[in-house]
Amino acid sequence: MDITFKNVSYIYQRNTPFAHKAIEDLSFHIPSGSFVAIIGHTGSGKSTLIQHLNGLVSPSSGEVTIGEYRLTDEEKPKRMKELRSRVGVVFQYPEHQLFEETVEKDIAFGPQNFDIPKADINKRIKEVVPKVGLQEELLKRSPFELSGGQMRRVAIAGVLAIKPDVLVLDEPTAGLDPRGQKEMMDMFYTMHKEEGLTTVLVTHSMEDAVKYADHVIILNNGTKYMEGKPEDVLTQQEALNKVQLDVPEAVQFLQSFEKRFGVTIPFTRQSTKEIAQSIQRYIKEAGSRE
Amino acid sequence: MRRKFIEFRNVSFRYGDEEPWVLKNCSFEIYENEWIAVIGHNGSGKSTIAKLMNGLLFPQEGEIIINGQKVNEETIWDIRKDVGMVFQNPDNQFVGTTVQDDVAFGMENRGFPREEMVQRIEQNLTAVGMQDYRLTEPHRLSGGQKQRVAIASVLAISPQVLILDEATAMLDPKGRMEIMRTVSKVQEEHQISLITITHDLQEVVQAERVLVMNKGEIWDEATPREIFAKKDALREIGLDVPFVATLTDELKQAGISITNEPLNQEELLEDLWTLHSRT
Ligand SMILES: Nc1ncnc2c1ncn2[C@@H]1O[C@H](COP(=O)(O)OP(=O)(O)OP(=O)(O)O)[C@@H](O)[C@H]1O
Ligand SMILES: Nc1ncnc2c1ncn2[C@@H]1O[C@H](COP(=O)(O)OP(=O)(O)OP(=O)(O)O)[C@@H](O)[C@H]1O
Ligand SMILES: [Mg+2]
Ligand SMILES: [Mg+2]
Repeated sequence: MDITFKNVSYIYQRNTPFAHKAIEDLSFHIPSGSFVAIIGHTGSGKSTLIQHLNGLVSPSSGEVTIGEYRLTDEEKPKRMKELRSRVGVVFQYPEHQLFEETVEKDIAFGPQNFDIPKADINKRIKEVVPKVGLQEELLKRSPFELSGGQMRRVAIAGVLAIKPDVLVLDEPTAGLDPRGQKEMMDMFYTMHKEEGLTTVLVTHSMEDAVKYADHVIILNNGTKYMEGKPEDVLTQQEALNKVQLDVPEAVQFLQSFEKRFGVTIPFTRQSTKEIAQSIQRYIKEAGSRE
Repeated sequence: MRRKFIEFRNVSFRYGDEEPWVLKNCSFEIYENEWIAVIGHNGSGKSTIAKLMNGLLFPQEGEIIINGQKVNEETIWDIRKDVGMVFQNPDNQFVGTTVQDDVAFGMENRGFPREEMVQRIEQNLTAVGMQDYRLTEPHRLSGGQKQRVAIASVLAISPQVLILDEATAMLDPKGRMEIMRTVSKVQEEHQISLITITHDLQEVVQAERVLVMNKGEIWDEATPREIFAKKDALREIGLDVPFVATLTDELKQAGISITNEPLNQEELLEDLWTLHSRT
């Protein structure tokens, strides 16, 4: 589904002395099937932005459209439940979306709510549990008697079980161990490709943004600061530093390498192996010139 | 010799009589004025260790000694005064209705004089960049702002032991670096024991010593450099090494003979430079 923000502002506690503008005059367009990364410093408005995507909040002014659904201050989509069955959101803190007695019931909650037949739900549970790296024996456990990373996996499984068209992920790998982080991101990417999803990823990992996204949006104090292809946006060190961000580590390294050796190895989203091979070629050539 | 501050002696723990053991015969020591990082796969027992250290849980087997006292129901109130902890999810520890009440809470419990409290609230909220949110309700903060406040609250009580359980996981990389710089300055100035549980490899590199957990057992205990030299073994237990270590590996495979185990970009560039000038 296409996602469009047109001059969107959002004010928390509007019309009170505590009113706080979290998003201001934000416009962008995400074509159906894209993988977009949303990046920005703490408090820049990322989580507020994504709560618009399944109608959890509506813009204070401006307009959000997701496929055929439209959200404005006056108008909420009539088919809100339908919107929520098509846009799955994994929240920043997994505890915020766990509440059932057992892990199994928790994963089943979403599909049940959207009237999926019981047999199908059981099939979906069998499918998603190994996908998120959850051990089968945890299914009967209370979701609150799990480690942080295990809770995260349950929360993700619950959203996948809905089989949404749009997958919205708010720092989905925070709390996962390094292997879990990689496997989870690879899994999202494979699903994104195979099932033609539209994926919106909020992340602090420049590495993940560069590796998986085809478009990035940088927020600063609730406004759009930059937008474009990851290799164009995430290599602009000066501009990023101004808003509390930095380039990916590989880019940092290539820049330091350039300073030290006076040669440029351009960053083209290449793998670490390819970077090593470029360095090796340079050092070998330098040796043979002398 | 530094003084031992925390000691685990053959500690085993499970959450119920019918439940599997989640810590199995763990022994280790943590010294005064030391920064130790604890890493391990999800469910390996890291948060359980943290909860045992401040008496939220008690072991079924073995014993835990903190500051010369055995941890049990009688000693725990005393011991908790020395131990500050930030939980994995900050929502689990907010008690105040405003940010400043929340920072005040721990100090009130420890009987700090009013004036000192006011001064410490100011000082610690400023240290984590949250001074403008003094009157905000904690549940109205963004994910990263919550973590900053949780850290300010625990710094305010000047604990002898500071346990951070993935306390910076929601911060942007620069914010994470700044907060860790603040915390490590406090650690050095007050000579406290700092225990950081983390999946962030950059943070692990900065610690003096690393404790690696695997399936409820202590898998290894060494300096970051020694730990990150065990690349393949670490990957086998669900962990990984920092970017620089991966790049070094790839450089070796491409035929460049780096002999050291560089831990940061400067060290790696230095090694490459030496090779380059030699050829
Ligand atoms: N429920 C709320 N009530 C009032 N203000 C809020 C609320 N939630 C967030 N805010 C404020 O709105 C701003 C944007 O918050 P948001 O949660 O969108 O940030 P974020 O970019 O997701 O940050 P982080 O990376 O820390 O999660 C922040 O200044 C925050 O304090
Ligand atoms: N309250 C509880 N009741 C029963 N089992 C629990 C409880 N809390 C944790 N466990 C189990 O104990 C084991 C260790 O959990 P712990 O929270 O210590 O892991 P961790 O290393 O902190 O993991 P993570 O990196 O995911 O936070 C896990 O298998 C977990 O499922
Ligand atoms: Mg957020
Ligand atoms: Mg934990």
